[in-house]
Amino acid sequence: MKILVAVKRVIDYNVKVRVKPDHSDVDLTNVKMAINPFCEIAVEEAVRLKEKGIANEIVAVTIGAEACQEQLRTALALGADRGVLVQTDEPPGSLAVAKLLKAIVDEEKPDLILLGKQAIDSDNGQTGQMLAALTGFPQGTYASEVTVSDGKVNVTREVDGGLQTLSLDLPAVVTTDLRLNEPRYAALPNIMKAKRKPIVMKTPADLSIIVSSTLTTLKVEPPTQRQAGIKVTSVDELIDKLRHEAKVI
Amino acid sequence: MAILVVADHDNRTLAARTLNTLAAARAIGGEIHLLVAGHQCDSVAQQASLVDGITKVLLAQNPALEHQLAENVSLLVAELGKQYSHILASTSTDARNMMPRVAAILDVDQVSDIIRVECDDTFVRPVYAGNAIATVQSSAPIKVITVRSTGFDPVAGEGGNAPVETVTSIHDAGVSCFVSAELARSDRPDLTAADIVVSGGRGMGNGENFAMLYRVADKLGAAVGASRAAVDAGYVANDMQVGQTGKIVAPDLYMAVGISGAIQHLAGMKDSKVIVAINKDEEAPIFQIADYGLIADLFDALPELESKL
Repeated sequence: MKILVAVKRVIDYNVKVRVKPDHSDVDLTNVKMAINPFCEIAVEEAVRLKEKGIANEIVAVTIGAEACQEQLRTALALGADRGVLVQTDEPPGSLAVAKLLKAIVDEEKPDLILLGKQAIDSDNGQTGQMLAALTGFPQGTYASEVTVSDGKVNVTREVDGGLQTLSLDLPAVVTTDLRLNEPRYAALPNIMKAKRKPIVMKTPADLSIIVSSTLTTLKVEPPTQRQAGIKVTSVDELIDKLRHEAKVI
Repeated sequence: MAILVVADHDNRTLAARTLNTLAAARAIGGEIHLLVAGHQCDSVAQQASLVDGITKVLLAQNPALEHQLAENVSLLVAELGKQYSHILASTSTDARNMMPRVAAILDVDQVSDIIRVECDDTFVRPVYAGNAIATVQSSAPIKVITVRSTGFDPVAGEGGNAPVETVTSIHDAGVSCFVSAELARSDRPDLTAADIVVSGGRGMGNGENFAMLYRVADKLGAAVGASRAAVDAGYVANDMQVGQTGKIVAPDLYMAVGISGAIQHLAGMKDSKVIVAINKDEEAPIFQIADYGLIADLFDALPELESKL
């Protein structure tokens, strides 16, 4: 079985996000970038499926500027076999990304496509589902368990009320939630080995896709800050404040 | 053109958050049609028809829609949606799962998780886990939008009398099927709709200790939530997680007990009206956003709270 895993380069999750003074966007100058945490979980799941002998090849794909090669190398160091970078200047929106991924799916013909459930920059949570719609594949989003057998994949999903399990025909699209697995750290020899694994560069034109968007960001502002309130010294004082000052109980 | 709103429900009851989604539709302006897609869900359509401000209820019922499988529901919503200027749904896991599929079928960009409507094509939404707030304009011919419930006060659930129209087209993609569900049963209020939420974090120490939290919650008629740390540690189930990737809540009162206040947790609760933090670490970041902070050992404070409430 062949797995395609999509990864995104985003601001490192430990970095405090700052809005630019002109409110045009967040400030990404000289900020540490990393692989999106949910995408890392997707790579880990692909590697585990290969280690179990269920998958025999893992292709990692990303879309964006040349610097995104770093995140492909991370995926290769974790265990992906080869990489594809579709080069674009501006990071495209979710629908454009889904169209580019669909073109890669048409070329690679994977049996299973793994993505993160959302990227921690745009927080859109759209790409996996859009890719599933464009390919006509079934989808298992917010996965906390993935089991492949007999041409189908069973996906247990984290839903509002608890857990739900679906059975999907392959090929299928699966997006990962936090508790699917705990990604490993890439060992140094694997990081070295990853440098020799192949990465193919493509452009949207190679894939006959025109990247466009109907969305325009007019401004980006910092959120209103909440002020720290007061410290109470006892449970009695807390109950009194909640009853008579805040009037919420 | 009119606005199509997709209702959240479990085939028995209309979910309260649908009323918040409808408030966003009302802010956009225009005729509103509410779609109830499911199986044996007449009672939901009945409740939907009573909601204030709806022109009509569209009712689609067949077995392929019973479990809200995205492959099937999206085909229906995309087919109906072609007649509308906007298609709105909530940010429930069902809606978040299904709506991008609708957008892709209709070949339009989606605007996720809006918290405010500026006008019929401009919307405000949090990005970077709520550390930045973006204003986004859409020129898409059909605007596919998911609505964060906490951004909008609900419309009235009664006072209306909209006709129910039956949708006859049946869509079954035939590529996915429902196997099973393990849904938490609780007599407490729903986390996303409760007026008071009491949440526990890693400081609770283990799952058994959450019983102390439940007893306090029951005195207050509150829902019980948890931080990601508590869920990851296996103290409680995933459906209780409050945070960027869990549930987003904004109750009148949020009590954070033994929660340090990681950014991703704050993203899920910082719009609560009143925030109380109980933590023995006075340096915990949660105190920076709490209206009332109590520096105390939760194992002393919780039993005392329970006895005095």
